[in-house]
Amino acid sequence: MIDFFDPTLRNVALGSGVLGVIAGALGCFAVLRRQSLLGDALAHAALPGVCLAFLFGTHMGLDPKQPLLLLGGALVTAWIGTMLVLAMTRTTRIKEDAALGIVLSVFFGAGIVLLTLLQKGGATNQAGLDRFLFGQAASLLPRDIATMAILGGAVLLTLFFYFKDFQVLVFDSAYARSLGLPVRRLEILLTSLIVVAVVVGLQTVGVVLMAALIVAPAAAARQWTDRLGVMVLLASGFGALSGVAGATISATKRRLPTGPTIVLAVSALVLISLLFAPRRGIVWAAFRRVRTRRRVRLENLLKDLWRLGELDSRFDALRAITDLMAVRSALPATMRHARNAGLVAVEGTGIRLTKAGLVRAAAIVRNHRIWELYLSRRLDLADDHLHRDAEEMEHALDSEVMEAIDRALGRPTTDPHGRPIPRGVPA
Amino acid sequence: MSEPAPVEVHDVTVAYHTKPVLWDVDLTLPGGKLVAIVGPNGAGKSTLLKAILNLVPLSSGYVRVFGKPYNEMRQRVAYVPQRESVDWDFPASVLDVVLMGRYGRPGWFRRPRAADRARAEEAIDRVDMTAYRDRQISRLSGGQQQRTFLARALAQDADLYLMDEPFAGVDALTERAIVALLRELRKNGRTVVCVHHDLQTVPEYFDWVTLLNMRLVRSGPVDEVFTAENLHMTYGGRLAILERAATDYLKDARGAARGG
Amino acid sequence: MSSHGIIILTGVLAAAACALPGTFLVLRRMSLIGDAISHAVLPGIVLAVLITGELNSWPVLVGAGAVGLLTVFLIESLRNTRRVKEDAAIAIVFPALFALGVLMVAQFASQKHIDQECVLYGEIAYSRHDTIMMGAFEVARAPLVLGAVALFNLILILVFYKELKVATFDPAHAAAIGLSPVIVHYVLMGSVSLTTVASFESVGAILVVAFLIVPAAAAHLWTDRLPVMLALAVLIGGAGAAGGYWLAADIGASIAGCMAVMMGVLFAFSWLAAPREGVLGRFIRLRRSRTRFANALVLERLEHSPADAATLATTLAWPRAKVDEIVGFLTREELVVVEPGGMRPSPRGAAYVRRVVSD
Repeated sequence: MIDFFDPTLRNVALGSGVLGVIAGALGCFAVLRRQSLLGDALAHAALPGVCLAFLFGTHMGLDPKQPLLLLGGALVTAWIGTMLVLAMTRTTRIKEDAALGIVLSVFFGAGIVLLTLLQKGGATNQAGLDRFLFGQAASLLPRDIATMAILGGAVLLTLFFYFKDFQVLVFDSAYARSLGLPVRRLEILLTSLIVVAVVVGLQTVGVVLMAALIVAPAAAARQWTDRLGVMVLLASGFGALSGVAGATISATKRRLPTGPTIVLAVSALVLISLLFAPRRGIVWAAFRRVRTRRRVRLENLLKDLWRLGELDSRFDALRAITDLMAVRSALPATMRHARNAGLVAVEGTGIRLTKAGLVRAAAIVRNHRIWELYLSRRLDLADDHLHRDAEEMEHALDSEVMEAIDRALGRPTTDPHGRPIPRGVPA
Repeated sequence: MSEPAPVEVHDVTVAYHTKPVLWDVDLTLPGGKLVAIVGPNGAGKSTLLKAILNLVPLSSGYVRVFGKPYNEMRQRVAYVPQRESVDWDFPASVLDVVLMGRYGRPGWFRRPRAADRARAEEAIDRVDMTAYRDRQISRLSGGQQQRTFLARALAQDADLYLMDEPFAGVDALTERAIVALLRELRKNGRTVVCVHHDLQTVPEYFDWVTLLNMRLVRSGPVDEVFTAENLHMTYGGRLAILERAATDYLKDARGAARGG
Repeated sequence: MSSHGIIILTGVLAAAACALPGTFLVLRRMSLIGDAISHAVLPGIVLAVLITGELNSWPVLVGAGAVGLLTVFLIESLRNTRRVKEDAAIAIVFPALFALGVLMVAQFASQKHIDQECVLYGEIAYSRHDTIMMGAFEVARAPLVLGAVALFNLILILVFYKELKVATFDPAHAAAIGLSPVIVHYVLMGSVSLTTVASFESVGAILVVAFLIVPAAAAHLWTDRLPVMLALAVLIGGAGAAGGYWLAADIGASIAGCMAVMMGVLFAFSWLAAPREGVLGRFIRLRRSRTRFANALVLERLEHSPADAATLATTLAWPRAKVDEIVGFLTREELVVVEPGGMRPSPRGAAYVRRVVSD
């Protein structure tokens, strides 16, 4: 039973939700700049910072678990990591992928070394530093959440204020500079915001999986919209949703680290979005493909019936199935489809065009022949090229374009092969 | 006093690391003209535009735009980058992109005002893209994408337009529309500088040509500068066929101009 | 063999096994695919361990290795939908699989000898206790397995050397001469998967990235030649592993962590000292070529219009002192001749410009 009035659970859900909003919003810019994996490297590079800050705090007699202190340490090493990636790619032949890999693994190694040293001193258990590895939202204290909320608020406010700058910067940075925007400073600002978003998430999701919370909500949101503003809002929402869901699941059972549950929640969102988002969804695209294929087959069947009709000027006469099979397209499924749509009538072993079928068939044949004529007149294409191209275009051209072409050609009556262009349905 | 020239390039050298891309280029481009920058691949054509726009560091020399450093005059300059330089999958509509043309104005940073929006829509209309105003930019054809970029520059309402290969990869209809637009800009006293690849259309589209191959070969009115010898100097022996084609076209164009 | 020896041997063999495919990852700009594989094999490993009851048995290597290939396939399929870019596809696929693995570990930790720490940084120290009998000899298992994998990788590279080389440096040519880039790609990915699974117990899922990438990248700073780079990567990896053990013994910290740090140190040293790519060599060369470049630029200017130093300073927009220094050099070296209208380049000066420009 999930009890949202349980203060621990409330903390957990609140903290993870706040994190999801921040990571989702900033993640959009990381993904659009193709820097998805920078977030991963940054998160790993933050680990030694957390440990060093803890050591520093202990040494200076401060409260070493003070969240601002730990986050500050994380910020410093994450920044150093980013700068190293930049310096490496600028001054050597090392490419960005290897630079990210180097910073990620070596910094993480250093973090592990520090962590084991602290463990030996018996300090980590009271510090709970291992929660920074895979995340333990249950360990969030109210002051942690307050820190996250304040940092997150500042990040979102900055994002709101500089939204237009970031938009043009990410889309077209050379143009942004030509407008006189301070591109270098904006880039540093944007990267800093991403660093803050990563660091804020460390305690909840952990360094290892933080990258997913940056990238996945943005990737999911992109499927639902073509506007940047909407994408940022959606990604925030997705981030919050998976944060709360993941943290809640993790809190209900023992030995379920928060990081993995949140990541699995957000991965599920990505999967759903990729499959079912309107327009971009893979499922709909597959449906559309199937529908188009079915329509093309149907139209080919009608066209073939029309052509048979041209041979003896009897357009709605009954045609033997075997004749149709010989032409091409009379597949049983297509015929069933055509009959259900009321375009053909099946009688015994024959098939004929209905009234509606005649209208539709005439339109397709007209498209085909006008397009062939257009190609041969405008492009001087050889006759044998015309048919194959028209075979595809007749299904794709919309009526507006066809009408324009028809008008431009002066409403012709025959195609380049001398066959009539149907202008209506024979009585 | 007459207005200073829109572009003065004084002894400009640009190098990536220590490899020169532009080598001591010195030229002045006159106002109210359509200018083509022409030269082989890697001749530094785009770099010259970027040098004017203060987008690359100069190893030597300086640039003046309307007699002043670029940063003081950037309100009067609009840049049209190469179409391939951006990711068209970016989540933005045509209107979103064109509105970017208004971002350089002071006080823009709250939200675009109604006046900015009106300007953007007017620019979209001038390139015949009103029907596509709200369409996502990845679902545009190459020509429509180029028109979008042009509209963005128009929305800046500049006096000097710097365009990096505006004719690259566009359909014939768009090419004609762009030419018409350039002429309209010239009629209104604007200056347009284009990096241009198609030698054959230079005499037809442009008034002034700058031949570049790392060094400046020649720069001047098309009918003085666009000659076989100069093209030969620009392209070396590499493009003999193209060069002959250009010369033929030039002859035709001049013949037509004389005849007409 | 002493227990120190066994641990060092395990680390060195893991480094060697990783450095071989790692070199190709770095050259083919696929380091982060290696990162993704090393994370994503975790659920495969846990599943295989749950079924067979032990790590590092052959079924585990093969089964979990297959999950590595599945990861590559998933990333490519996701990218091929054209709905996300490649970097995002990587960052979506591997965290999901890794998260699944971590949850499995967390749930079944008590039953099997695999836990969260092991996932993160391995348990190389246990390699000395884990032995098997080979005939009359008691042999440590981890170095045996890693040695076999290293040998396997070596043979793989020798057999596919030409294919890997062509596909890495000139994919278009590879396709033209009928080499299937897909097969080469999956052979390499299979090797990476197998190697990360074999190294998992010793160094964990994340630090294995250090073993894969860091030595290869460091080697790349020293050489252009593939065989040299492969050998150097193995050497640097081995040195990093041995040095890391020494460091760990000294300060009493995680052995695998120290090995990763040591490899980082070796990389940093290469970055500083490598003659061509290193910071120091680069700095010296850059200064020299900047000077040459400035000299040539002044000569070029003088070729267009003869001038004195003061005029040069104005037209080039350079400080006067810099121009004087250059003019001094040019005069000393007789690269310019002084004429009444100003200096102009001598024939030697013209040759100097040509040399600099064509460099």
